[in-house]
Amino acid sequence: MPIIEASGLAQRFGDRTIFRDVSFTVAAGQVFVLLGGSGCGKSTLMRQLVGLLPPTEGEIAIAGARITGPGAGPALAAARRRFGVMFQSGALFGSLDLLGNVMLPLEMFTDLPRPDRAARASAKLAEVGLADAAGRLPAEISGGMAKRAAIARALALDPPLLFLDEPSAGLDPITAAELDRLILTLRDRRGTSFVVVTHELASILAIGDACLMLDRNAWPDAGGVIAAGPPRVLKAESRHPVVRAFFDRTPLAAEAA
Amino acid sequence: MPGRRISPRLAAAFAAATGGLVFIGALVTALVRLPANRRQFRLSDVAREAEQAGFRALPLVLLLGALIGLILAFQSAIPMRRFGADIFVANLVSVSLLRELGPLLSAVILSGRTGSAFAAELGTMKVNQELDALEVMGLDPVTLLVLPRMAATLLVTPVLTLMMDAAGLIGMTLVMVGFGYSEPAIQAQVQQAASAADLAGGLAKAAVFGAVVAAIGCRAGLATGNGPRAVGLAATAAVVGGIVATILLDGAFAMLFYRLGW
Ligand SMILES: Nc1ncnc2c1ncn2[C@@H]1O[C@H](COP(=O)(O)OP(=O)(O)O)[C@@H](O)[C@H]1O
Ligand SMILES: [Mg+2]
Repeated sequence: MPIIEASGLAQRFGDRTIFRDVSFTVAAGQVFVLLGGSGCGKSTLMRQLVGLLPPTEGEIAIAGARITGPGAGPALAAARRRFGVMFQSGALFGSLDLLGNVMLPLEMFTDLPRPDRAARASAKLAEVGLADAAGRLPAEISGGMAKRAAIARALALDPPLLFLDEPSAGLDPITAAELDRLILTLRDRRGTSFVVVTHELASILAIGDACLMLDRNAWPDAGGVIAAGPPRVLKAESRHPVVRAFFDRTPLAAEAA
Repeated sequence: MPGRRISPRLAAAFAAATGGLVFIGALVTALVRLPANRRQFRLSDVAREAEQAGFRALPLVLLLGALIGLILAFQSAIPMRRFGADIFVANLVSVSLLRELGPLLSAVILSGRTGSAFAAELGTMKVNQELDALEVMGLDPVTLLVLPRMAATLLVTPVLTLMMDAAGLIGMTLVMVGFGYSEPAIQAQVQQAASAADLAGGLAKAAVFGAVVAAIGCRAGLATGNGPRAVGLAATAAVVGGIVATILLDGAFAMLFYRLGW
């Protein structure tokens, strides 16, 4: 059974249509990558998927339960227990240190005693390479560290589904590669499913089982989907000029040469 | 559809009113669900906010209370002296302090110090998407953030008011002693003029003011918009809203107490 089914999604703000007719499914245990230029609506789509923004049109089901439309409140609440979210900005709680941030979901949703919670939260921080920053406040760390801490917080309850909005933007290449490895490990060991927004070509090819590419000019009047499929297949076969430009982009130095 | 457009100002006022009602609805819902969501209401948060809103406001409250007592006594002693009635300054000052000025000024201080801080804190959380993060975790921002703040100010404002009352009475006593009255005489006058009911009524008002000022501050924070000035605007809205609400509520209490013969 697919873990996410989205059909006919559209989002309008005022008289601007960000995207329309966006449909896709994410199979359980898959890393599903969302691609597209900045401002094409990736974060907006993610907000719809996690139930923060009711889509103007269309339906979303998570693990078979519809989370949009009238009467879907309880289904959404149930679905939220099964996914973790990392926002593009990190969205760490500024009043808590990193350990406190990761411990909060454990405190709210488990009966673990405090020392166990702390141990588990430290382990999650270690998984994202922040073992020695547990006592720092969000204001005292870099953007890349904030993102990793946010991933640790999203992992706290070991959810079967994770939404990551640009997890590797602003990370150095080594840390970004470690993050990719973490994603693959979770997918292969635990069967965790992922929806990941990313621009890193190497990362997309390394971790993406399937991808969806959005573009602002997919329709004459709105953005939407311009390509869907496994990233390797798109790279090899797509004829769409925007998709080609994305996969064939070359370093400026090479272009100049 | 020209002609059917409503003015943007009217639309904004309507949005503000519905936003306020929605917030009250969310508060009621959170209170009803509190037994089920007990974990999200953290007593440590109540204690921290109470310390911030209460203990740290004490110097200001004591200073303002003492000054108000001094000034009121001094100003009213001048005309009352002409009628040889200046001992009744004690009556006037004690009753107006306990019933009106203590609760009112405490609530004004609370609006300026604490209501604005709540708006700025919650507004910053909103701008940083921390509120979205809570929501996707299945946590309720009202239970987790608003209720502890309201509980803290509900507890702390009567204490601040009591301190303000005491400081004001001391200020008044200093002036009266300066005019040559003995402390026991002043004390007897106060006891004759002001009853325990005056004090209790004032403290009850203070508790309500405290909760309402906190609610208005939190609501301003939760309603913070986008843009660099949004958090500042929310803090301003919290102070203005808190003071206006305090004055309106004070009027309502005056009518209520009059009806009850309190
Ligand atoms: N709440 C909103 N109101 C109006 N416009 C919005 C809102 N949220 C996003 N947008 C607009 O939607 C477009 C897509 O934004 P976003 O989803 O953040 O893009 P991406 O994540 O792909 O870079 C942007 O042009 C943005 O200005
Ligand atoms: Mg984005």
